Amino acid sequence: MVNKNLVKDVVKEPYKYGFVTDIETEKIAKGLSEDIIRLISQKKEEPKFLLDFRLKAFKKWQKMKEPDWAGLGYKKIDYQDIIYYSAPKQKEKISSLDEVDPKLLETFDKLGIPLTEQKKLTNVAVDAVFDSVSIATTFREELAEYGVIFCSISEAVKNHADLIEKYLGTVVPASDNYFAALNSAVFSDGSFVYIPKGVTCPMDLSSYFRINSGDSGQFERTLIIAEESSSVSYLEGCTAPMFDTNTLHAAVVELIALDDASIKYSTVQNWYAGDEEGIGGIFNFVTKRGKCLGKRSKISWSQVETGSAITWKYPSCLLLGEESVGEFYSVALTNNLQQADTGTKMIHIGPKTKSTIVSKGISAGNSKNSYRGLVKMGTKATGSRNYSQCDSMLIGDQASANTFPYIKSQQPNSEIEHEASTCRISEDQLFYLQSRGIEFEEAVSMMVSGFCRDVFNQLPMEFAAEADKLLALKLEGSVG
Amino acid sequence: MQSKMKESDPILEVENLFASTDNLPILKGVSLTIYPGEIHAIMGRNGCGKSTLSKIIAGHPSYNITNGDIKFLGENINSLEPEERAQLGIFLGFQYPIEIPGVSNLEFLRVSTNARRKFLNKEELDTFDFEELVKEKLEIVKMDHAFLSRSVNQGFSGGEKKRNEILQMALLEPKIAILDETDSGLDIDALRIVASGIKKISNAQTGIILITHYQRLLDEIKPNYVHVMSDGQIIKTGESDLALELEEKGYEWTDNFIKKA
Repeated sequence: MVNKNLVKDVVKEPYKYGFVTDIETEKIAKGLSEDIIRLISQKKEEPKFLLDFRLKAFKKWQKMKEPDWAGLGYKKIDYQDIIYYSAPKQKEKISSLDEVDPKLLETFDKLGIPLTEQKKLTNVAVDAVFDSVSIATTFREELAEYGVIFCSISEAVKNHADLIEKYLGTVVPASDNYFAALNSAVFSDGSFVYIPKGVTCPMDLSSYFRINSGDSGQFERTLIIAEESSSVSYLEGCTAPMFDTNTLHAAVVELIALDDASIKYSTVQNWYAGDEEGIGGIFNFVTKRGKCLGKRSKISWSQVETGSAITWKYPSCLLLGEESVGEFYSVALTNNLQQADTGTKMIHIGPKTKSTIVSKGISAGNSKNSYRGLVKMGTKATGSRNYSQCDSMLIGDQASANTFPYIKSQQPNSEIEHEASTCRISEDQLFYLQSRGIEFEEAVSMMVSGFCRDVFNQLPMEFAAEADKLLALKLEGSVG
Repeated sequence: MQSKMKESDPILEVENLFASTDNLPILKGVSLTIYPGEIHAIMGRNGCGKSTLSKIIAGHPSYNITNGDIKFLGENINSLEPEERAQLGIFLGFQYPIEIPGVSNLEFLRVSTNARRKFLNKEELDTFDFEELVKEKLEIVKMDHAFLSRSVNQGFSGGEKKRNEILQMALLEPKIAILDETDSGLDIDALRIVASGIKKISNAQTGIILITHYQRLLDEIKPNYVHVMSDGQIIKTGESDLALELEEKGYEWTDNFIKKA
């Protein structure tokens, strides 16, 4: 007979990406100081403006206090016990993929991200980031023909310093928040994308972030610039091995869209979530923000958050340009003792700006899942509109879901709409589906994917299938 | 009740069934045998255990069988999951069909139909073939195609929900259908549609259990047997005229039949 515990059992799924790659790495000593920052900057042969940027950020960080307003429960992080730079040892200069350590290629192969010429994904260019460094970016020459720059941020610092100096920190200033300041001081690698005027990027661009070391943090930095009338779709995936310690991941992502430009940024986040007792897992404290600088520009965030012990992120849009559009589509699934506090900020500054928020939170096990969002209409945002829909689904009776919508309007001639709902997968619903011959697990997965459909529809094709599969896997009881 | 000669083996046998929920005994020794082509009506006051009996036959997880057996085509099914029972051909029409937001009715019907077909070693239907099949079945319950694109039972009126149940029955082609107060909440027209749907779907190979309070459904579908339940037991069994007598005399009359344990 089916019993109530089955609802709990069905959401247990072993983590498939928990392996560690045995590779010689170059790590610097633990701890954070001005010297460490100078060392990182020196290792990366950075220009002076960047070292100054880092040091300034570090000074600010030292004066800041770790925030606790989200009410997330975790052991205090010892920032001196983290390694801030860890890189697989490779030949000094790599001119082609053939020279990349086969172990690294094999790692990404295992993760389903083949990088080699024969096997690489046909219509997606990939930047593969392993701990602190980018190890390979595919399709660079092909993209270069269109004038699209897609490379690691370290390379961009060397080859496109003018763009970095012009835009880095303009969307997320170093002083923005505690973790953004920390990232600005110590960021190691990440992706850089530049789409020139009038160009529609011929393929999806993607970065795959892999944490391999247990004791080093990952502090990546991504910067995407879409010039006038250009457009790009960018995807991001993340996994990490299973360690019984917590690893800090504090990334910063900045997007800039000029007149009539559009950026679509999609994330499937599947960092290691810790075990059933909540031991281990990634602390995913991320600052993501886009600036719709130009008229009629558009930034669209979509995210599927299934991993990490704690997720704390609010991909946001600053809507400056007249008639610019911001979107946020999110599915956050938490299980066991995971905690997620995620949402968005839509800051309407320009007139006739529009934003849409669709958030779906699914909590199972003993997890906590909160939506926290801000919609702000500034004094000049006349004729602007926002629509928000925040739905929560509970699986079992130990999970919790919260919605914290903040609304600030300084412009009477603007519209804000907010809808919220909470539902629970009930024994009766499951029994109903089962009594029609549908297997228990399929019944759960049908309800979950039905619940998420509005968001999945927004994901790029390949990603949508992957996301659906990932949720089904997370919710699968049997090993498989 | 088994005075007549039966030509074939029973579809469903419930033998001296005792069941409880949260340690509270609900069924206290129910026995019932259904042969192909038979229609049985179960009547009785609210709380007598009628609905519980139907849920237990379908495998609801909230009830424990403490004694007795349920056999389907001679095989004990006490420990089968609800989906396994459904695949075998046991259908429960819900008294209160459940709403499932976000899951399209069409997809739900297709997945469940295919689960049954797979079990029967029939080819599973793709969306196009299923569309053909479902169109045909919609006729039976006079339902509009628009119902298919809505979420399962969500926002359906009481009558629409019940018709959706019969649509599922039509698609699943069960061996035995237990219809729990399918007539409640229906106006006369809807009742006729539902009743004629049930008659169209059933045949000489299927068995039907109608759980009802009212004679009017039994006017439309004449049962071979009527059972009266009280306090977790079947206290009287008769032919279709028992229902008429019951309507006339009320349940108080049946209290005289309660077995003194």
